[in-house]
Amino acid sequence: MRFKAPIVSTAVAMLSGLAVLLLLLLPTGLDALYAGVIRWAAALAAVALLVGLVNLVNVHVEKSSGGGSEAVSSIALLAAFGLTFLAALFLGPNGSAAGVEPVNWLFQYVQVPVEAALMALLAVSLVYASARLLRRVPNLFSFVFIGTALLVLLGTSTLATGEFGLISELVTGVHGWITRVPAAAGARGLLIGVALGSVAAGLRILIGTDRPFGG
Amino acid sequence: MSPELLAAGFLVVFVILIAGFTVYERTRKGGRNLREIPAVARLIHAIGLAVEDGTRLHVALGASDMTGEGAAPALAGLAILDRVARTASISDAPPVVTSGDGALSVLSQGVLAGAYRETGAGKLHDPSLARLVGTTPFSFAAGAMPVIHDEQVSATLMTGHFGPELALITEAADRTNGFTLAGTDSLAGQAVLYAAAQEPLIGEELFAAGAYLRAGLVHTASLRAQDVFRWLIIAGILAGGAVKLFG
Repeated sequence: MRFKAPIVSTAVAMLSGLAVLLLLLLPTGLDALYAGVIRWAAALAAVALLVGLVNLVNVHVEKSSGGGSEAVSSIALLAAFGLTFLAALFLGPNGSAAGVEPVNWLFQYVQVPVEAALMALLAVSLVYASARLLRRVPNLFSFVFIGTALLVLLGTSTLATGEFGLISELVTGVHGWITRVPAAAGARGLLIGVALGSVAAGLRILIGTDRPFGG
Repeated sequence: MSPELLAAGFLVVFVILIAGFTVYERTRKGGRNLREIPAVARLIHAIGLAVEDGTRLHVALGASDMTGEGAAPALAGLAILDRVARTASISDAPPVVTSGDGALSVLSQGVLAGAYRETGAGKLHDPSLARLVGTTPFSFAAGAMPVIHDEQVSATLMTGHFGPELALITEAADRTNGFTLAGTDSLAGQAVLYAAAQEPLIGEELFAAGAYLRAGLVHTASLRAQDVFRWLIIAGILAGGAVKLFG
């Protein structure tokens, strides 16, 4: 009998998912098997990352031959990727050459500063987004959202340190009440909804009705 | 009773409810009777416009770790991607998908391939349209932003595990006057998307979107099963509060 690929992939997904769930929830005494399955998953995730990287390189090789500013960005990406990949391949992630650890150096002096710069940009983007929210959706909820954000920010500023008498007490009290009562209650409500949705999304894979593998 | 057995019982009841509601949905007459989510209605409109204009839809699935906590929102994002790809596969500019995890990237390629195959457009499928663009939240954002600028994207859907970095992607989409819809499981991400995205999906709405996009009866059934548990939890919280109040 010849199985179609989607049937096989669906069966593998369902069986492996159910096996992990049963090993996790029921006292089977098969802890070593559970740990083994998890190790397999980690190894497969690493292989998937490699497949994703090949895809990334393919896309940018294609773009780099197209010309224009896109090509310059793609060539820069390919050069950085090649340099990091070769350094890690021949020296290992913590290996050194001539007193320098290239992979760590690239991470510390290129990756971290670039991500820190993006985080700084994010602060500006968030302020701009808040202002734009009032223009785009000028309703009660938007004003409550911005007002609450400002009050919580005030509550973490020097105004709340007690140097301003009654104002400090008021700001601290309001900040504490917001974070303890409405914010905590709202967060719990959202998390309950997210948790139930997460369980449903997982169960749909386990019963084979959702097949995000081309099935 | 041990917590593990309690969790197993919860899952069994959940599956029974999904099966029961699926049978109910199959046999009932009339519409689906779901409350309206305006963001999803506008998404359907945006997909139609993109297909007519010949512009591209961008589905950003985030830097979800498929072996960790980000797996569930990523799966919800893949269900949305499947529906979007089926509708937009006939477009001159088919959807482009970005992700920040190797396994998620492979799965998104599979979903795109499956959607094209099932709509009879298998020959039009281009595997390079599902891309890994960065494996950390900020590198993902940095990789997704040029896609919006360079590929004539008219609508960006961010569905997956996102943190505050999604503001950078919505900013890039706003600069091209594009439509933005975003949903995430992270509380920090939801606070940001409320302000930054044109159409935010709050709380469980991300997981409900599949049912609204007609991903199948099981999606609608699982939504009803979630509602049953939600009411039970609300009753439990109120009962607990009453017991505490009245001693």
